[in-house]
Amino acid sequence: MRAGAAFAISVLLLAAATAQPAHAEKLIVSVSNHRVTVTPNYSGEELVLFGSVEKDAGTPANRSYNLVVTVAGPRADMVTRRKERKFGIWINTDSRQFLQVPAYLAIFSNRPIDAIASPEVQRRQQLGMNNVVLTQRVGTDYADVVPSDPFRAAFVRLRMEHGLYRESSSAVTFLTPTLFRTGITLPAEVPIGTYTVDIKLFADGQFVTRAETAFEIVKVGFEQFVATNARQHGFVYGLATIAMALMTGWMASIVFKKD
Amino acid sequence: MQLFLPIADIPVNVFLILAMGAAVGFVSGMFGIGGGFLMTPLLIFVGISPAVAVASVSSHIAASSMSGALSYWRRRSIDPALALVLLTGGSIGTALGVATFTWLRSLGQLDLLIALSYVILLTSVGGLMFWEGLQAMLRANRGNPVPMRRPGSHNWIHGLPLKMRFKRSKIYLSVIPVVAIGLLIGFLGAVMGIGGGFILVPLMIYLLRVPTSTVIGTSMVLTLVTMLFATMLHAITNHLVDAVLALILMVGGVTGAQFGARAGQKIRGEHLRLLLGLLVLAVGIRFAFELGIKPTELFTIREVGGAA
Repeated sequence: MRAGAAFAISVLLLAAATAQPAHAEKLIVSVSNHRVTVTPNYSGEELVLFGSVEKDAGTPANRSYNLVVTVAGPRADMVTRRKERKFGIWINTDSRQFLQVPAYLAIFSNRPIDAIASPEVQRRQQLGMNNVVLTQRVGTDYADVVPSDPFRAAFVRLRMEHGLYRESSSAVTFLTPTLFRTGITLPAEVPIGTYTVDIKLFADGQFVTRAETAFEIVKVGFEQFVATNARQHGFVYGLATIAMALMTGWMASIVFKKD
Repeated sequence: MQLFLPIADIPVNVFLILAMGAAVGFVSGMFGIGGGFLMTPLLIFVGISPAVAVASVSSHIAASSMSGALSYWRRRSIDPALALVLLTGGSIGTALGVATFTWLRSLGQLDLLIALSYVILLTSVGGLMFWEGLQAMLRANRGNPVPMRRPGSHNWIHGLPLKMRFKRSKIYLSVIPVVAIGLLIGFLGAVMGIGGGFILVPLMIYLLRVPTSTVIGTSMVLTLVTMLFATMLHAITNHLVDAVLALILMVGGVTGAQFGARAGQKIRGEHLRLLLGLLVLAVGIRFAFELGIKPTELFTIREVGGAA
């Protein structure tokens, strides 16, 4: 009797855990290229993200969807410094360290984020440039600060000027009510590494579901060879460079020898 | 044609860099200097970070002084003993310079130091050269040229101990000021990305009384070795030497230098010094101006441990 009740409860729990919400959508996404190679004549590229919203029987018809796509590049620690006038000249004084922030960050949506979700949902889902967590080290504390913080604002602005951070509320287009695409623009000075693409689906101001995909940016060929060797074999690299300098100088003195 | 620089991490136009190398090479051939004080600011101006510019230019200067030193060697206008003593100081100075460079980079004050040293050094040296050239030109116009080296005149330098005979230069001199000058040039070269020829040559002429026959060749040997050493140290400690960038600069530089040298022979010495003084002064003033006016961008971002 007691064993039977326990069994029934565990079955119920299991059913609850695996149960899908009443109207379950699924996101199916893919990027046009999972591996971008930086070659000698690389000067930026555009990837295309394609996807569709899969409905099932329980999904109400004619639901209108909104999407927020967040592309985050490899993470690194960065220092932002502020210049101040001291002794008549402008020098770096104050600085803040940003910990493990993405080197590239793009936030794309099909309409302004304020029109997609309430401020509360925006914060919880980290939607938009103002809600993405950029951890700063403040003394011994680690925290994100308000979006109006001068260092945070300057950091985001400078990254945007270099095309490394971007935000667009019209970059995602719905081709049909359920089929969408967006272009991910990568600038020439794109950081090398793994990029995660986080796609979040909203309907009626509420979060519905999400999907993740990724792509990587790699240097190939001669650039990669030079960069790797410079970092890992500094001594040999230095020797090779000075040998190159000596050879060039020697060749020049032969080619242009005074007759 | 765009080319992606592996260490500087930015794409550049090959022909632009090549032209810059050739233009600076022309100037350096004309005046018999390395031209680093022009090359480094130009690279910074096209968007290469000051740290990468300084480190890469050192190998570029090594190449141009190599070709210069070889031709001076053939003409026997290098004093090996003097070069060796200068180098003793030069290597210590370079090591100190690279250490200072690394330390300041971690503090975020490297760009300031580079700019400040450019202002101080270039305005003072440029001003002196300009003044000296102007006076020499006025004297020449009046028809009584004064020889650059006043024979037999001694200064306090000649009272120092540890004297040594430098045969080819025909001077008898204490090694202390020679080592000190080498040290100074090595240090400045590593921190500022300059060969230091434009400071070294006047110092050797006016302070050490080295005859003009050996001064340029010998100074080129010092430049060559300190710059090779600086390249090596920058490559090992900071990983900032961009070999691709350096190669383009070298090819442009050595070619430009040949034409510059030919053009330089057609201009009179005092005019040449006046022009060089003006050029050095102009670069110095430009840096001073930049430090003094309010920058359009107060904030800078640097990746910790990165190149920028």
